[in-house]
Amino acid sequence: MKKLPKWNEMEEGFITRILSESINKTGTWRTFKPIIDQSRCTKCGWCIVYCPEPCIYYESKKDSKILIDYDFCKGCGICAEECPVKCINMVLEE
Amino acid sequence: MQIIEPLTLSGNLAIAYAVKQLDVDVVAAYPITPQTTMVEKISEYISKGELKANLLLVESEHSAISACLSAAASGARVFTSSSSQGLLLMHEILFITSALRFPVVMAIANRAVSAPINIWNDHGDIMPQRDTGWIQLFVESAQEAYDKVIQAYRIAEDDKVRLPIMINIDGIVLSHTYEPVYPISDSDVASFSPWNLYSPRLDPDNPITIGAFCYPDYYFETRYQSLKALNDSLPIISNVDKEFGELSGRSYGIVSPFKCDDADIILISMGSISMTVRAAVKKLREKGEKVGMLSLKLFRPFPSKELIRYIKNAKAIGIIDRAFSPGAVAGPVFTEVTSALYLSKMDIPSVDFFLGLGGRDVKMEDIKDIFNILKRIVKTGLIERHSYYIGLRG
Repeated sequence: MKKLPKWNEMEEGFITRILSESINKTGTWRTFKPIIDQSRCTKCGWCIVYCPEPCIYYESKKDSKILIDYDFCKGCGICAEECPVKCINMVLEE
Repeated sequence: MQIIEPLTLSGNLAIAYAVKQLDVDVVAAYPITPQTTMVEKISEYISKGELKANLLLVESEHSAISACLSAAASGARVFTSSSSQGLLLMHEILFITSALRFPVVMAIANRAVSAPINIWNDHGDIMPQRDTGWIQLFVESAQEAYDKVIQAYRIAEDDKVRLPIMINIDGIVLSHTYEPVYPISDSDVASFSPWNLYSPRLDPDNPITIGAFCYPDYYFETRYQSLKALNDSLPIISNVDKEFGELSGRSYGIVSPFKCDDADIILISMGSISMTVRAAVKKLREKGEKVGMLSLKLFRPFPSKELIRYIKNAKAIGIIDRAFSPGAVAGPVFTEVTSALYLSKMDIPSVDFFLGLGGRDVKMEDIKDIFNILKRIVKTGLIERHSYYIGLRG
């Protein structure tokens, strides 16, 4: 994770700019981390559809490996719940 | 500097006159009591075309200060005023204004708070606003109120400060009493307090969000920024006052000592009552008594070092409090002064004097009584009580 800024490195007056959502990594909120068991994954893309962030994606084209962007995954667990083959495990964050 | 004839103005009108000269863009206020003639006069200036500003007459003080901070966020120079219950209704938004660093300037006619209903002067309304993060100035005359408004915009809009400022004038005593006020010319005002408005501001072409939701990992740092800005503003406030002195010949200092150098007994006061205390000190000095007084012009940030410099050789210190802080160790001003003394490792006998609540007249005799109590402490070395309620029946 990126190191958080010191008080004197931050802009004064708590200002949020456009695309700040790509700078502020919300992955720190996570308690449980979803891990895809790639050997059992059917690449159906159901998790991509359900991810509210959305931070689950195909590595390159459709039907390629499915990956999770942990910088933004908040660990809600919806993907694990919805996975038709139950190949996503929620593991306690270290 | 251009010499201008004096005007006969009340504290309220002196402030309104300064606001007109400062070319304020937006004035938002609640138009009914506890509002004062300040905003009434400003609306007159606007209707006559002497001031080109938007006057927003809103439904409450809560809305007035909200409108002001929003206007400041869009880069406008703003002004508002209130008093008593109205100021209490603003309380919530006052924190937001300072944390988001909007240079809002507000004048307050200090008045007692309910209950019972009372429209006269004390510091009951301003003391609950101590921790809102605003710069808080106190004045002794309409002239000083006029001068401070001009200085306030310069301070508030300073890039290193960017904080809101409250100018406190004692209700009725200063707000409604007429006295000669020497204004400075419009061009002097413009050059002394040029526009240096809030930036980055709300702009449709360059959208930003100000004061959005903040998690524990950022809140602490953000609040520290405004705390630091307030603490660091003290030398800037002091310098602006000095510079204003060079321009107009009137400089007040952030603390105003009188006969403190060789004084055994020093009485610390704030606001218009300092005039009475100063007069009492003059009378007692004529009798050869070694007494002095110090008027606090700045309450937030609290000028501890400057205060200590003048009171460190005293044998007894009296502090006047014009508001209660119920259940606290003592009154609000007393607590500040004694904390400053403690941190400077000084153990000077200090006594708190509560007086003049709800507009009760404070006479020269009351001040002399206070000095007598302090004299007794110096003589005997015994402090009978830490708090006195001067003029309280029973």
